Amino acid sequence: MQYFLGVDIGSVSSNFVLIDQQQQVVSKVYLRTNGNPVNAIREGFQSLRRQMPEDAGIAAVGATGSGRHLADIILGADVVKNEITTHAVAACHYDPACQTVIEIGGQDSKIIILRDGIVYDFAMNTVCAAGTGSFLDQQAARLGIAIENLGEQSLASSRPVRIAGRCGVFAESDMIHKQQMGYPMSDILMGLCEAMVRNYLNNVGKGKKILAPVVFQGGVAANRGIRKAFEKSLGLPVAVPENHDVMGAIGAAILAGEAVSASQPTRFRGDGFILEGDFKTRSLDCQGCPNLCEVACIMRDRKILSYWGDRCRKWETSLKPAAQAVVV
Amino acid sequence: MRVTFPHMGFMHIPIKSLLEGLHREVVVPPPITQHTLALGIKYAPESACLPLKIGLGNYIEALEAGADTILMAGGWGPCRFGLYAQVQRDILQELGYDFQMVILEAPDSKISQLFDQLKRLGEKVSFFEAVQAIRFAWYKTAAIEKAEERYLFTLPRTIDKDRAEQLWDQVLLGIDQAKSRKAVDEILNQALQAWDGLPLHHEPVLRIGLVGEVYTVLEPFSNQNIARNLGRLNAEVSNSIQLTEWLNDNLFKGHLIKSRTPHINNCARPYLPCSVGGHGRETVGTTVNFAHQGYDGVVQVGPLTCMPEIVAQTILIRVAKEEQIPCMTLYFDEHSGNAGIQTRLEAFTDMLRRRKALQTENSDFQQGGTCSAVLSRG
Repeated sequence: MQYFLGVDIGSVSSNFVLIDQQQQVVSKVYLRTNGNPVNAIREGFQSLRRQMPEDAGIAAVGATGSGRHLADIILGADVVKNEITTHAVAACHYDPACQTVIEIGGQDSKIIILRDGIVYDFAMNTVCAAGTGSFLDQQAARLGIAIENLGEQSLASSRPVRIAGRCGVFAESDMIHKQQMGYPMSDILMGLCEAMVRNYLNNVGKGKKILAPVVFQGGVAANRGIRKAFEKSLGLPVAVPENHDVMGAIGAAILAGEAVSASQPTRFRGDGFILEGDFKTRSLDCQGCPNLCEVACIMRDRKILSYWGDRCRKWETSLKPAAQAVVV
Repeated sequence: MRVTFPHMGFMHIPIKSLLEGLHREVVVPPPITQHTLALGIKYAPESACLPLKIGLGNYIEALEAGADTILMAGGWGPCRFGLYAQVQRDILQELGYDFQMVILEAPDSKISQLFDQLKRLGEKVSFFEAVQAIRFAWYKTAAIEKAEERYLFTLPRTIDKDRAEQLWDQVLLGIDQAKSRKAVDEILNQALQAWDGLPLHHEPVLRIGLVGEVYTVLEPFSNQNIARNLGRLNAEVSNSIQLTEWLNDNLFKGHLIKSRTPHINNCARPYLPCSVGGHGRETVGTTVNFAHQGYDGVVQVGPLTCMPEIVAQTILIRVAKEEQIPCMTLYFDEHSGNAGIQTRLEAFTDMLRRRKALQTENSDFQQGGTCSAVLSRG
């Protein structure tokens, strides 16, 4: 049996899915990147391998997320795609009529407007992470609430308090103030959810026409408080797919499946390459000009697989497939 | 007197040529690097925009290299740029540098006032020599712009993108060193031929208009080399602003060539009938103009906190809808990570390709052609 692998290496989480020829999810892995994407890629691949049926083969690989190029180097990807495209593809697969995708992840949030199944318009948050999962994470930690329970607790609220949503620092001081005034925790949490939704709609969603069906995905979609706040603010039902947390990976897998064909064999490097070698990343300061670029380099055992991070691409283009250097 | 000036794209080439024609010793600031920016950030007000910071870094590096006179454009109007020369002068004086700052102002009425300003900058220069110097500098600029146009045309269409980029870097170096019109012509023609000889691919190429604040459009360091990145994604970029145009409009008050400004203002009129400072109106007008010319999309760039561009961005939402042209806005600041920019550019070009494919499909359908069932993805 042949399957398609999709990986989404984000700043906060790394997700892996395996879909079958009918584009159904067979298995999935969701783990924290913990600042070590190389490890996350290998660990994720390994635990996915354990879940897979014995006879399963990987016919194609798709990579997405900010670490997509790294994933490509380690796994060998047939498709390396940005997150907007993969999320849109996955949302269309979930609901072909979908017209709006709300995606809130660890460090970025995006809105995708779809018309007739293609991306018509999109926006991503620009310079501030106030309206993203990291902020919720941080606030939950400060209040001593497990992030998984934040949504449930906020649902108990009947009268949410008003919290400034424009800036994470303002929001936090507002919350502390409301706590000191003695408001119940659930009202404060719901206030936080509503503030985040307001922030999202005013920044990311600015000027976009949000039409039903709305699909809400990304790690934050697990938070039922946020979902409720979206429904209240938009006056529309908001659907959360069962695999909302791995939609990017699903999209990448679907695209990978479409990319390989009889004439185009997969670039997948195989289990041996991924699981056996010792992968290391190093950084070096290029002294070639005053830019002093920090050039990152990834090696498997002693073989350099790739360089990146130099502005002039001197290092990046130095490894033409024929001439891969060996570091002693 | 050893004269320096801020970088803006390839502007140093004609300015250097001009000043040398006025018998001045020139210290071109070292190419902009992270170090330049770091210097600017250290000494500039935190809330100032990127052009001020990079410019300040240019001056410091040039003064360290022996310059003693800074040449800077002035200006007026609601954009902060008009005040930058004075602010930068004050900062540098406080840092203890000994220098003179010459601020070039556009003449109020007569073009001869500008020639006078330039003549005064020169040493023992006749009026004839001043005019010759301006004309040669202008000749170089026009040649570079011609090369740039071909480069931006070739980059998205060729397989050998590395070579196309190398040729562009070589043209800039060559024209900078050229001493005569003949030498400029030779370098230009060689490069044009070399670009034409590069192997092409047969994938569809997108056409994207680059609009926005002048510095961010013209200076690749400030926009993380957006034209190159889009070219590598098989998209041809057209700049809304050319250096010759900007100098003509802002310093020469439209005396040198026929200005496009009235046409651009006309394009903007239904959406923005007045100036909002900086390049706000031009951003709206050139976006409409690109839409009329059948471009696939528009990318607006500006430094973070740029007021005129923020105004224009809000208006572009309506322009995008009514003129049927997708627009994306990118603001640049001191952050150096380019993963975020790359993701947005890739997503934008993906979107344009699909929309284009869909349009072609629909028009085929209307013309009686068959409609293929599913759009290919990616």
